[in-house]
Amino acid sequence: MIYFQKMKQRAIELKRKKDIFILALESSCDETAAAIVRNGREVLSSVISSQIETHQVYGGVVPEIASRKHVEAINEVIHCALKQSDLAKARLDAIAVTFGPGLVGALLVGVSAAKALAYGLSVPLIGVHHIEGHISANYIQHKELEPPFVCLIVSGGHTQIVHVKDYGSYDLVGETMDDAAGEAFDKVARVLGLGYPGGPAVDRIARHGNPNAIHFPRAGIKDRPFDFSFSGLKTAVINYLHHLEQKGETYSTEDVAASFQKAVVDVLVEKTIASANMLKLEKIVVAGGVAANSCLKEGLEESAVKNNMQLFIPPPVLCTDNAAMIGCAGYYCLLQGKISPLSLNAVPYLPLTGRND
Amino acid sequence: MLTLQSHSEEQTYEFGKWIGANVQSGDIILLFGDLGSGKTVLSRGIAHGVGFTGRITSPTFTLMHTYLGRIPVYHFDIYRLNEPDELFDLDYEEYLYGNGISIVEWPERLGYLLPEEYLKITITRQLKENDRNISLKPVGSRYAALEEVLKNYEGIGN
Repeated sequence: MIYFQKMKQRAIELKRKKDIFILALESSCDETAAAIVRNGREVLSSVISSQIETHQVYGGVVPEIASRKHVEAINEVIHCALKQSDLAKARLDAIAVTFGPGLVGALLVGVSAAKALAYGLSVPLIGVHHIEGHISANYIQHKELEPPFVCLIVSGGHTQIVHVKDYGSYDLVGETMDDAAGEAFDKVARVLGLGYPGGPAVDRIARHGNPNAIHFPRAGIKDRPFDFSFSGLKTAVINYLHHLEQKGETYSTEDVAASFQKAVVDVLVEKTIASANMLKLEKIVVAGGVAANSCLKEGLEESAVKNNMQLFIPPPVLCTDNAAMIGCAGYYCLLQGKISPLSLNAVPYLPLTGRND
Repeated sequence: MLTLQSHSEEQTYEFGKWIGANVQSGDIILLFGDLGSGKTVLSRGIAHGVGFTGRITSPTFTLMHTYLGRIPVYHFDIYRLNEPDELFDLDYEEYLYGNGISIVEWPERLGYLLPEEYLKITITRQLKENDRNISLKPVGSRYAALEEVLKNYEGIGN
């Protein structure tokens, strides 16, 4: 309790400090990552210990392997991040860490390390929502970007449209009713035998296919214009393949991938643009791993131009999980006095708009 | 064993609701079926039948979702597990042997941690696109009574 009271005071003082250095940690899923960020938007170092190679063997994220690897990697990535930034530990002003949503065992590695560092260095601890981090990745890339805007968040675990009203202030506009977009990519890739991760694999092979070869359904939900449903599309792809197999016919994996991808992208683009129109906002921001999808990027670019909207997409290295985005989000939390006590726990299922700080 | 034929997602969902209305605290439902067979649809029905009114999404990424109905529902998708021991990371005993209802998709992955007693539900894709065969089998005496109750379902043919 004494620590937390002291840190509340420290957070107020830090607002007057010229340069704020934050060490950020991210370990919610595949990646163990650490970064040092100055004043929210300037990345001094960003280290990601990718575990994709281990996971490719199993066709999915393997949680225990993930947490074991996080334990092995966390000290190393912190060490590298500090070294690359040329910053002494003593100059850190705060520690930011992803505390949810994600895999609980994986999250706990980052949270525990962050608590130890914050307490040891006697600096504020900032628990950051993983999605808030993804949104903030855009602040790093686009220095001029300020809220309000509409943000489409698309990843393996999330598909949401969020109205970002201000830093740390969000309204959920729409979300998936069943599967996340990235999950649909992973599952269709599994059926097509394309391996893991499914998104890049489908994207790659779809370039050689005809997106109009097969018309898969663009499922909307009655009376819910901004929500998504990708489970039906996944089933439609499986049905299509089963149907052909039953008849003993072959199919073009490229065409199936391209047509499936087109169906996902059409819906994502349409609902994002519709949300921006509804909210009378002219800025569209994309975040999350699926933001790296080339077809989604093209579709959004085209529609943004047509609708006189500005489009912001981070580069692939900031789209996928990284700690720099957590440092950026943590910076804005700190400015608003949103710091965490040492009792901060990993929360595997954490809605973005359900935060009570 | 109780077997039903569902001809649509809605029918699968409705049958799930019937199951949800009749399950009791501590019940474990293991849900077998291929990708796209309708496990999440049936799970959604069960959770709504238990009285949860919110949104139910696939827990493939997060591995487990909790829904608070008249009793808590723990919805697992353990496809991504490689070893049963990885379940310890999820505190699975707290849920499976707690006071809520547990639904487990891809229970094949439970391995040696398969419970002694559970309600086994298998969804099988049929020749016709939207047709599914849904079979229920009580494993252990605890679920025999539940099967008797579930037999009274009047929604779709059995």
